Amino acid sequence: MRHAFLDHHSQTESPIHRLDARAKIIVFFTFILIGVSSPPTSFLLLSLLALGLVAIAVFARLPLGHLLRKVVVVLPVLVVVAFSIPFMKKDALGGGYNLGLGGLSISRSGLWILWNVVIKSCLGVFSVILLSSTTSFPQLIRGMEKLGSPRIFTMLTSFMYRYSFILIDEMHRMKRARDSRCFGGRWFWQTKVIGNMIGTLFLRSFHRGERVYVAMLSRGYHGTMPETKAKRLGLREVVFLSLTPFLLFLRVYLG
Amino acid sequence: MTSNKVIDIDHLFYDYPDGTPALKDIHLEVYPHESVAILGPNGAGKSTLLYHLNGTLMGRGKVMVLGISVEKNSLKEIRKKVGLVFQSPEDQLFCPTVFDDVAFGPLNMGLDEDETRQRVQKALEMMGLRGFEGRSAHHLSEGEKKRVALATVLSMDSEILALDEPTDNLDPAGSRLLVERIRAIPQTKVIVTHHLPVAFDLCERAVLLFEGRKIEDLSMGELLRDRALLERIGFDADYARWMYERSAKIPGASS
Repeated sequence: MRHAFLDHHSQTESPIHRLDARAKIIVFFTFILIGVSSPPTSFLLLSLLALGLVAIAVFARLPLGHLLRKVVVVLPVLVVVAFSIPFMKKDALGGGYNLGLGGLSISRSGLWILWNVVIKSCLGVFSVILLSSTTSFPQLIRGMEKLGSPRIFTMLTSFMYRYSFILIDEMHRMKRARDSRCFGGRWFWQTKVIGNMIGTLFLRSFHRGERVYVAMLSRGYHGTMPETKAKRLGLREVVFLSLTPFLLFLRVYLG
Repeated sequence: MTSNKVIDIDHLFYDYPDGTPALKDIHLEVYPHESVAILGPNGAGKSTLLYHLNGTLMGRGKVMVLGISVEKNSLKEIRKKVGLVFQSPEDQLFCPTVFDDVAFGPLNMGLDEDETRQRVQKALEMMGLRGFEGRSAHHLSEGEKKRVALATVLSMDSEILALDEPTDNLDPAGSRLLVERIRAIPQTKVIVTHHLPVAFDLCERAVLLFEGRKIEDLSMGELLRDRALLERIGFDADYARWMYERSAKIPGASS
């Protein structure tokens, strides 16, 4: 079975895709940082940030519709948390808008908070999606490692990446085997079977872990993962990285 | 004492952790550049014997590899000399990319990066996988996975290759392709399989295991003509006869 649920479009060919992962991590992280730290009132700065991200997406030949659909992922969180704020905030100064809905009123500062949360989370999520859509997961891990992320984290993440697919396949196979033996019945009866399945999955993963470890030992593993040196950043990376000071400048000048 | 045996096993016994005997009094000698097939039904102890070659399992008795006794403090040395490929490529390939996996052995052996890169390239070329360096294992076909798994030990340039069911799970075409690739490898090979045609194509000698004992050690040609023996271990004697006669008619088809 094939999956690419973590890094859709990361194999597309484009100038952005070809950039070193380190440069992309730094630039997109700056986008997030500037986005989060800018005041919600500076519409110019926020729209410039959004425009910049869209421009990168276009450069990377990514379908905008697809990216926007992925941004929708944050909606449930927004609905639960942010959308209640304008109704709850008691606003003494700004004065609210009375909707005439039986005492339900919206407060001005509450609305600002809502706007603040919505725009910033959308910008942040959009940046992260751009990063993962232009960088394959292995490159991303390697980039993080070269930027100083602790080796034990990157190692664990890379194992998780490698084996999550196998685990999912195994789960699907088990589910199929269960369904093809005509499994039905009431919900609480199913919980027992699902429990068994989780147990089996755990045991299989546990044994898999042992076999993988033996395979590692067989190829001379002695406690530390071998490392290769990173390539030096080229001119293209430097050009892309120059976005960082530019963004900082915008933040100071416009924010 | 001068001996040119590359593998010398004598009086080897092994019991599973639960006490079930798995190997009983095994003798095996392998000479340089030989290809030996270990044949037998499921549960005969084929893989268990193979795992003794690089010290993954250690039983009672003598196991010498290239004149070095396989024991705890010689494991590091032994594992450079014996490349073991496990049955499931999902266990053998644990890194995020093909390059990382193939480079894992050489880097653990302490080779520098340039040398490692050369070895990776050479190993991938031998397996017909040029340009696969950046791919992730879960995006490969089963046949490609099997070939990458082989490349992960070829890059270590081991003197002995120990392969566990190399053509398992492959379709006939994939199996033939892999057999061709394996045949081109000049090293000493010990191959566990229960596919008679694969053994016939790759090996000139067959070691037969049955319920943990070595019951026969003979040339491939002799085996194919020995109806009683083939039937005892559950192989199709008519098919074996046909294979033998076909190879006799076509000069140079197989040894």
